[in-house]
Amino acid sequence: MTTRLFGEPVQRREDARLVTGGGRYLDDLGAGALAAAFVRSPHAHARILDIDVSAALDVEGLVAIYTWEDLPGALAEPLPLLIPHPALTHGRTAYPLAKEIVRHVGEPVVMVVAPDRYLAEDACALIRVDYEILKPVVGIEEAAGGAHLVHEDVPGNVGAHLVQEVPGHGGVPAREAVDAAPHRLEFRLDIERSACTPLEGKGVYARWDADDGSLRIYSSTQTSTSVRMAIAAKLGLPLPKVEVVAPDVGGGFGVKIVHPWPEEILVPWAARLLNREVKWTEDRREHFVSSSHERGQVQRVRAGFDDDGRVLGLEVEILHDHGAYTPYGIIVPIITSTQLLGPYKVGAYRVEFSSLYTNTVQVTPYRGAGRPQGVFCMERTMDKIAAYLGKDRTEVRAANFIQPGEFPYDQGLMFQDGRPLIYDSGDYPEALRMLKELIGWDSFAEDKARAAAEGRRIGIGVGCYVEGTGVGPYEGGHVQITSDGRVHVSTGLTSQGQGHETVFAQIAATELGVPIEKVSVVTGDTRRFGYAVGTFASRAAVMSGNAIALACRKVREKALRIAAEALEADPRDLEITDGTVHVAGVPSASIPLATVAVLSNPLRYAFDEEARRATQFAGAGSDDRPPVAEGEEPGLEGRDYYSPVRSTFAAGMHAAIVETDPDTAEIRILRYAVVHDCGKLINPMIVEGQIHGGVAQGVGGALYEKMAYDEHGQLLNASFMDFLMPYATEVPHIETAHLETPSPLNPLGIKGAGEAGVIPVSAVIASAVEDAEGIAIDRMPISPSDLHHLRLER
Amino acid sequence: MKPPPFDYHGPVTLGEALDVLAEAGPDGKVLAGGQSLIPLLNMRLAAPAHIVDVNRVPGLDGIEAGQDGVRVGALARHAAVERSPEAAALPLLRQALRLVAHPVIRNRGTVVGSLVHADPSAEMPAVLALLGGSVRLAARGGEREVAAADFFTGPMESALRPGELAVSAFFPALPGRSGTAFHEVSRRHGDYAVAGVAAAVTLDEDLRVTAARVACVSVGPVPVVVDVTTACGPRPAGSAGWEAAAAAVRDRIEPEGDIHATADYRRHLTGVLAVRALRDAAAAAHGEEA
Ligand SMILES: Cc1cc2nc3c(=O)[nH]c(=O)nc-3n(C[C@H](O)[C@H](O)[C@H](O)COP(=O)(O)OP(=O)(O)OC[C@H]3O[C@@H](n4cnc5c(N)ncnc54)[C@H](O)[C@@H]3O)c2cc1C
Repeated sequence: MTTRLFGEPVQRREDARLVTGGGRYLDDLGAGALAAAFVRSPHAHARILDIDVSAALDVEGLVAIYTWEDLPGALAEPLPLLIPHPALTHGRTAYPLAKEIVRHVGEPVVMVVAPDRYLAEDACALIRVDYEILKPVVGIEEAAGGAHLVHEDVPGNVGAHLVQEVPGHGGVPAREAVDAAPHRLEFRLDIERSACTPLEGKGVYARWDADDGSLRIYSSTQTSTSVRMAIAAKLGLPLPKVEVVAPDVGGGFGVKIVHPWPEEILVPWAARLLNREVKWTEDRREHFVSSSHERGQVQRVRAGFDDDGRVLGLEVEILHDHGAYTPYGIIVPIITSTQLLGPYKVGAYRVEFSSLYTNTVQVTPYRGAGRPQGVFCMERTMDKIAAYLGKDRTEVRAANFIQPGEFPYDQGLMFQDGRPLIYDSGDYPEALRMLKELIGWDSFAEDKARAAAEGRRIGIGVGCYVEGTGVGPYEGGHVQITSDGRVHVSTGLTSQGQGHETVFAQIAATELGVPIEKVSVVTGDTRRFGYAVGTFASRAAVMSGNAIALACRKVREKALRIAAEALEADPRDLEITDGTVHVAGVPSASIPLATVAVLSNPLRYAFDEEARRATQFAGAGSDDRPPVAEGEEPGLEGRDYYSPVRSTFAAGMHAAIVETDPDTAEIRILRYAVVHDCGKLINPMIVEGQIHGGVAQGVGGALYEKMAYDEHGQLLNASFMDFLMPYATEVPHIETAHLETPSPLNPLGIKGAGEAGVIPVSAVIASAVEDAEGIAIDRMPISPSDLHHLRLER
Repeated sequence: MKPPPFDYHGPVTLGEALDVLAEAGPDGKVLAGGQSLIPLLNMRLAAPAHIVDVNRVPGLDGIEAGQDGVRVGALARHAAVERSPEAAALPLLRQALRLVAHPVIRNRGTVVGSLVHADPSAEMPAVLALLGGSVRLAARGGEREVAAADFFTGPMESALRPGELAVSAFFPALPGRSGTAFHEVSRRHGDYAVAGVAAAVTLDEDLRVTAARVACVSVGPVPVVVDVTTACGPRPAGSAGWEAAAAAVRDRIEPEGDIHATADYRRHLTGVLAVRALRDAAAAAHGEEA
């Protein structure tokens, strides 16, 4: 049996449990807990005049009703602004329960605690809140107009304004570069709002242990460590008295990295105050109106280019709809601005964004996090240049590619981690060659002509992207081998279904030379690992993967040292295979790792047979050294951290063939091809799974999903009946090919893969529909009704 | 998303069900498959004081075919009707049912429940309207049979009165040399249609169109039935005036715009689907003759 598991398509170890109903999601916990429910604002913008709870007091078993006035100390302050930035001059966050003003439909106003959720909702329905309705600001244009304000003290609704400029040769500014270029194009692009919509919404369950003065919280979060610190700070508890566990989490896609959510501090607060277990499970309607959305942007583009289609100057102006609050700072428009350039070298670049408040749900990163908008912008630009010059669309892209010999390539911008945007590695021409072969790009013209002869319209589209993955600052890993030979791996970041139990075990098994069955992995449990950042930005494999590998290497080194002593061999001659340390080439001279673990921990008491070997009269160890040598620790464990100097840059290219119905304007994806480069693959099957899920979400964003707000700020489609997430029937078969350009930045040579699939889909589908129809597609998503009207306007 | 309080009744005979419904009056709601009622309750869009679950009442799940048509009992699930050999006598039932939602919903949802629910986007009301069928309503005092044309009174509104239980629906058979088809466009597979058209075409011995009718969904408060016989015939099916029929249909419907489609698109689409449905229905009628 081989223990070289890194790179193998190992079956996901978590699936048997999850698909047979063995998962423990938030709502599976705390069966006896009290239930919390919230009265939420029905208005987009209003002043709270009065809250009358008297009718609710009759509800059977009612436990408590809280409003902002009940909140003590730090709880009564606005929620933290998690990522401050100098350009975010007017950052604003909400109160856990609204204070005086509500700024979007769904904002929590009153919290109710009752014996169960039914009764809690009955009480909510009986609470009367009187509002004075204020003029809501809905939509980017209205926000930019600034006639009405979301926050009285934020002029023009502008939360942030940022300009980044990378001049061309000789310091030529982008505007001049565009003006001086032989050809110019100017256009506007629009992308709608969508949202993460994980299958499991948010949820919090808290238990206060009054005897111990400690609080345990389960939260469906992407960052248990930071939730823990936030709760300790808000409730004024000593950090060691707060534990946060992320149980099985049914998807996150970004929304659960935001924290602390109002409920995440209110529920623990109530549990402590009431000395009772309290739980809140978000329902779907709540998720739509009180979590986060993303994607809504308007982009104005000016591009100047030469006869070959090389972009000499690019100016982009972005209006970003930030919703009512900015708890996650301006990460989304920063990513759009910086990742927009993709695999291309642009002569000179200027990007400016204004981040605008509206009376809608706040905007925070959703898988892809600003990149789908940026890629839509750049790839539409490439297609428009090709159309203008009458060139093949892939030729124009190839003319602009950064070449394999040009890495590390400095784009001259500052990335979302505050560090320079320097691409570490990549091979874009090869990826494009592979993609064209996979989809049959060069023979498509014939297919199209053949289809046209049958009265069918088909079109092909392409889109390329580069994704900065694995942002810092750090993650850690802890690895312990116990005297039964089992390997316990833990890392602080959380899992939302990515397959961490599998890939981290593959890494540990490979590094330590043990069978994967011996390895167990725990994530997101602050009792096991207290230091972490969280799972977002395609960073788990890169960050925790490398940290775990480094921790394993420490353990391995120690194991070899102890084994060498026992075997009277040189550690350099030792190998570990199948959980046994042996002298290379001499299989008989061996010692199981389990025994090494026993020897690593000098004992006084023989609590079991194995332990005898480590006790004082067993003859192990030497008399002239302390049992635990200086600088050593008992036990066979290791802890290490990985903190990268910069992000590592994955890349990919997608192509699609679509068919549009000449009469009904229905759009069908006939084929979808992906070439993907995330450096060394830990598990190709899991990477493909990530791509499939991402493409599925991308198809949603391209053809189905939008947040339909009316002029009053009411979300008209706050349910899965009308918010059209694609079903399996809408997602095409996805053909994938992998390219492996290792990252030089980390020990494992890996790059992130979590968000990749979703990033270029809107750009690719727009490109393909445009090709089929011969109509410019500048606004996504596109529905049959939209296409019908575009045809009429032609 | 938890329902407001209600009293639950689980009658085990028809008489008991009708008694409970009579007592509850306007505060009572029948629970059949629950596929529409339960979401309404959970979203607190409906708050009946009494829920009368008729699922344990025996004898309501029949599907019977006779010379003159098919009678479907109140507890016959969409899926059962879809697969029933009796219902196969009327191919339009199956043609429509495969467009209703998804298999899991069809396993619970009932055809009669769908009729009473009277969603103008639903397929089965259009089928009943196209065929000129009827719904049998029972109350403590007796029964009445209401024709489709009188049964659908508005969006989500039917002629069902407080205290009544719809016990069955009757879908009449078409004359010989008739064919049917149902075409629709929905945003996603199994969704309610953006627009949809059910068509029935009857040919004479010389294969000329003697009767052609369509029923359109999602383009009016109730299923919109349009007789297009004059526009189509009497001409051989091959050269029938489907486009003229489509124009007539476009004139008759009253679509509205919503977040999924504009009114203009719905109007356009209904015409396209009318042509497709009529053509297929004519082909089916022809196939039956051959
Ligand atoms: C996701 C989803 C997608 C759907 N898509 C479609 C679709 O594409 N097309 C479509 O047509 N339908 C669709 N449906 C609705 C489905 O067909 C329902 O089953 C049907 O509308 C109602 O049938 P039911 O038996 O579930 O009725 P229930 O939900 O039990 O009841 C619905 C209403 O009818 C009343 N009622 C039911 N039976 C009787 C009776 N015998 N006597 C008196 N009153 C009665 C109830 O009181 C209630 O008011 C969808 C449903 C879901 C959840």
